Amino acid sequence: MAAARNSLAAEHGAHEIPPVKRIVLDRAPTAVPPPALDGDRAPRRRPATAGPERLRLEGVSVRYGAKAAVNDVSLSVHQGEVLALIGPSGCGKTTLLRTLNRLTELTPSAVRGGSILLDGHDVHELADTELRARVSMVFQQPNPFPMSIFDNVAFALREQSRKRPRRQQIEPHVIDALRRAGLYDEVREDLNRPALRLSGGQQQRLCIARAIALQPEVLLMDEPCSALDPRSTETIEQLIGELRRDLAVVIVTHNLQQAHRVADRVAFMYLGDLVEHGEVEQVFREPRAPRTRDYVRGVFG
Amino acid sequence: MSVYPHTLPAGRGRGRRSSLRSWRWRDRIVYLLAWLSGLSLCLIAAAIVLYLLVRGIQYVSPSLILTRPTAGIGQNQIGGILDPLLGTLLLVALGTAIATPIGVCSAVWIVEYGRGRLGRRLARVVESSIEIVAGTPDIVIAILALALFQVGALSFLSFTASGGGVYGRSFLTAGAAVALLAIPPVFLATRDGLEALPGHQREGAFALGKTRIATIRRVLLPGIRPNIATGVTLGMGRIVGDTAIVFLLLGVGAAERIEPQGGVPGLGILRGTGSTLTSYIYSNSPAGEGNAPQKAYAAAFVLLAMVLALNAIAGFVSRRGSAGGMSLGDRVRLGGWS
Repeated sequence: MAAARNSLAAEHGAHEIPPVKRIVLDRAPTAVPPPALDGDRAPRRRPATAGPERLRLEGVSVRYGAKAAVNDVSLSVHQGEVLALIGPSGCGKTTLLRTLNRLTELTPSAVRGGSILLDGHDVHELADTELRARVSMVFQQPNPFPMSIFDNVAFALREQSRKRPRRQQIEPHVIDALRRAGLYDEVREDLNRPALRLSGGQQQRLCIARAIALQPEVLLMDEPCSALDPRSTETIEQLIGELRRDLAVVIVTHNLQQAHRVADRVAFMYLGDLVEHGEVEQVFREPRAPRTRDYVRGVFG
Repeated sequence: MSVYPHTLPAGRGRGRRSSLRSWRWRDRIVYLLAWLSGLSLCLIAAAIVLYLLVRGIQYVSPSLILTRPTAGIGQNQIGGILDPLLGTLLLVALGTAIATPIGVCSAVWIVEYGRGRLGRRLARVVESSIEIVAGTPDIVIAILALALFQVGALSFLSFTASGGGVYGRSFLTAGAAVALLAIPPVFLATRDGLEALPGHQREGAFALGKTRIATIRRVLLPGIRPNIATGVTLGMGRIVGDTAIVFLLLGVGAAERIEPQGGVPGLGILRGTGSTLTSYIYSNSPAGEGNAPQKAYAAAFVLLAMVLALNAIAGFVSRRGSAGGMSLGDRVRLGGWS
């Protein structure tokens, strides 16, 4: 390798080292991150106390046909905190997440056991539409609808009412949701632009805006950053830190560093079992189960 | 061979390709055949257009388009194609108006609701029924429709003779029959569009607490609007070009005129008989009674222009809406839908 480089250098003459492309630093990057929300990226201040319990899972199991995906998971999710579900691929994290708003019911073979309580009421008693408005979700792949930015958020807000609310009535809510998702300043000039023209990170923030426009109690996020570049990821992580004040967040992630950065509590799953859950520092620094220790060892080297 | 791209000599855009000489014989033949058949199709299409352009355009004039046809020996000299032109437009409008909702709704049902064991089985039955309809020759559809619409209970749809005999011939009955031609393209384009939609778009709407019907109406159908438009345009093309149904069910008179039936103005036309450009071409061609080939050429030219315009619209619509790179429009336009 070194020899090859030397011979190349000799071929071009030693002083003819190819120039390095200079990057203009005084110009703002094209994808402008929203104004810093908290500013610091150091370990965040933990909330003094977690809020009231929102979701409670008691012995939840899910299987697809004969294949068990989640076994007997009991957890609780509180307002004001971020719960990260971590674990290797295929261990049931996403299935568990999708059970929380009953999206698993779209898969005909899925069967659920145990009970999930939202504010003390079994989610099975609620109409699925109501449940999903209260427990909304952001997906791995940004999935804005093929309509304008405004309509994407407005679609979430328009109830199944006889009379469609007029634009003026919902406009403040749409703008508020976009602002909370940190997208408004980038799109304020033209809310009627097609949402599919936005960049991937912007699309994902639009999806978050859509999800929080419903004023949900719980926000589910299924690897929200895995399709995004580092800059957009950072923006969304900051956003999660901001959002958890008002709602409970459950996030599935493959990225242990991300779990460490955004989560207050971590649940480690393995082959459908909930192996361990607890405070983020405890799980990462002093895991109780050997399996967890093996898995999280990568975080601190 | 330099490591650094910017030190590469300024070259042509592409690298060297393997020369034909190194190919196997069989590959060379197929390569040649591919070129030949592609070029010959271009030639045939160009020949059709040019021939009709040369033969047709010399007879096309505003007066021809704006005057009504007349029957009789002197047809060579007088009369225009106004009625057949309007008849074609009316028939297309009627057929599309009937076919579009049926095609779209059945595709929605198949993809979004045809679930469960029974549902899937039923969905397969519906799909193969539509394939049968798509494969049925239009003359067969025509005689079936004629048999149906001559039933006395359906006499209100068509022209009835003074003796009470039901002819079953009118714009309404013909429109219903040509709708059958347009349903398969609409259905297939809609179904393929719905199936090609990524699943996370559906889930995205469900996850916002939307009902299935709201998801379909507000997210899925708007998302596949270009597909539907392509299917509808293709269906229109089939209606424009149909002759057999027109002949049997529109009750083409010798004069090729639109003959309203009954007193009510709009309804009278729908219940009345008429003609289209295709029937006009047939009856004026040397094979028909009129023997006015110039008129046939002129009408053929107008018809071809309509079909080409429809294709252009289909291409435009499918390209404009293809943010997600839908290739369906192209596939459907080339007739690969059946």
